[in-house]
Amino acid sequence: MKREMVFNLALLALILGVALWAQASDEPFLITLTTRAVIFAIAGVGLNFALGFGGLVSFGHAAFFGLGGYVMGVLAYHAQTYTPLFEAPLLIQGTKSMPVIWLVSILLSSLLALAIGALSLRTSGVYFIMITLAFAQMLYYFAISWAAYGGEDGLSIYVRNGFPGLNTMDPLQFFALCFALLLIVLLLVSLAARSAFGLALGAARQNEARVQAVGQTPYRLYLVAFVISGAITGLAGALFADLNRFVSPVMFSWQTSGEIMVFVILGGVGRIFGPVAGAVLFILLEHLLGGLSAYWHIYLGAILLGVVLFARGGLYGLIAGREVAHD
Amino acid sequence: MSLILLVEQTLNGLQFGVMLFLMAAGLTLVFGVMGLINLAHGSLYMIGAFAAAAMAQASGSFLLALAASLVCAAFAGVLIEVLVIRRLYDRDHLDQVLATFALILIFSEGTRWLFGSFPLFLDKPEWLSGTVILPFGIEYSLYRLAIILVGLAVAAGLFWMIARTRVGIRIRAGENDREMIAALGVNISRLYTFVFALGAALAGFAGALVGTIQSVQVGMGEPVLILAFVVIVIGGIGSIKGAFIGALLVGLTETLGRFLLPEAFALVFDPATARSVGASLASMSIYILMAGVLIFRPKGLFGSA
Repeated sequence: MKREMVFNLALLALILGVALWAQASDEPFLITLTTRAVIFAIAGVGLNFALGFGGLVSFGHAAFFGLGGYVMGVLAYHAQTYTPLFEAPLLIQGTKSMPVIWLVSILLSSLLALAIGALSLRTSGVYFIMITLAFAQMLYYFAISWAAYGGEDGLSIYVRNGFPGLNTMDPLQFFALCFALLLIVLLLVSLAARSAFGLALGAARQNEARVQAVGQTPYRLYLVAFVISGAITGLAGALFADLNRFVSPVMFSWQTSGEIMVFVILGGVGRIFGPVAGAVLFILLEHLLGGLSAYWHIYLGAILLGVVLFARGGLYGLIAGREVAHD
Repeated sequence: MSLILLVEQTLNGLQFGVMLFLMAAGLTLVFGVMGLINLAHGSLYMIGAFAAAAMAQASGSFLLALAASLVCAAFAGVLIEVLVIRRLYDRDHLDQVLATFALILIFSEGTRWLFGSFPLFLDKPEWLSGTVILPFGIEYSLYRLAIILVGLAVAAGLFWMIARTRVGIRIRAGENDREMIAALGVNISRLYTFVFALGAALAGFAGALVGTIQSVQVGMGEPVLILAFVVIVIGGIGSIKGAFIGALLVGLTETLGRFLLPEAFALVFDPATARSVGASLASMSIYILMAGVLIFRPKGLFGSA
């Protein structure tokens, strides 16, 4: 347990150190790359809450990632064109304020997760995997055919949204914002994992029947976990869209779901910091292998295959020992 | 006129459904017998299409191209079963999803490396181009009609094989109780390889047939794979009959939805709104169908336990 803690801190120090070093040596691209890793880490932490703690293998978290992205895109688009979002029941304007966008992303992602979860959790196992995938795919096609917001081409936002007191167009300040959010999310998730709810959830993952016998309802536990998980991933989506100042249906695609899952697995399922390590490793691989060959996905596939077949438990499994088995 | 269009679209839906069945049959067999969820099934579809396109270019014969799609996809199936998939049977579904996701990455990039990013085209043979006149004077593409007939014949063959032959008995026995049939002296590992290769060959065959209508390109398999997932979720995982009914339902819903929904909305809204609302809803229709089936039957229409 102690070794894992040391590794957690080293990981955070590494991320922070790379960003600061990049700032000192004037390499804004490297800061952006680190910010990407941080945002992916948040998305991964979100998925890990359902996947690692609840044992819910969701292959459709792109739904929440994309929704977060589109919340940012649509709100900022209306603010940038000075057109109201709604007029009919009450007037709602677009906004360029990050905190508002984050709140709306979290709220809408929770609602979407509630709807998808309520339906999908009626099933389990392989059905659950396929159904979550299908729901994400449904939103993907919806985003493509939704011509009002760019359809297949997506939406470009010209200026990054603002945060009171900060200049978000400065790479380091935006990085700091994302990093702070990652820390908050990690803190909340570790608190939730240790709470009565988190313990009951872990118990439900291991043995549903016994949890039921002591008076808990697994379905309700799973649903709450799924909603929390979706909300975190939705927040990451809003940040990712803000990083690129662009949102497109690709954020909803099944590859995105797969990649978020890869962060979790590379790092180690069920470890609170696992997805952080996974996202950093993924960005590192993308950067190194991508420079090596245009077909770097072959290597990524081979590495992933190797991890699944021979190194279960991911990076954390290798470094901190296999204390937490995923079953 | 509109009625003729409706019949034509229904036939298109049937053709699409039959192709989906070829995909879904392999997925559902592999899941039913081995308990494995295989995302790389879409890659086998792609491999079949590329093999057919390459063979058609080399030999100019459509039949040889179809044979190449069957052989190459089955060979790729055997290869990945022996090298990778075999190690996954006892793993949980998460590991299976990830390992087969990794296979998709490898196959897609490998194909891009071999054939480039530009789509290839596979021409239908002369003896299958043109149209036929169906009863009531309806004109329909001969090739699509041939696909429907071939697909139905394959489906019938599959049903016959599973119901009547010794291999079929073993497959059904494998679904029920693996340990028992292994104890009875059936080489279970060879049976698994066979089932996997059979599913792969069907997927590759479907890829070649559809590749002739559309273009042959990297990433063509995954949209179909996801539809095939929807099909087997609706039909009930493991059930061939469910896959057949589910495939036809999805094929017809998808095709007729695209055709009828915009027309239906045009009765209420102005044409532009009707078109965009109709198109959005049509693209979601099969998922709504799936959600509907799951609300009433969480294990699919023909799923057991």
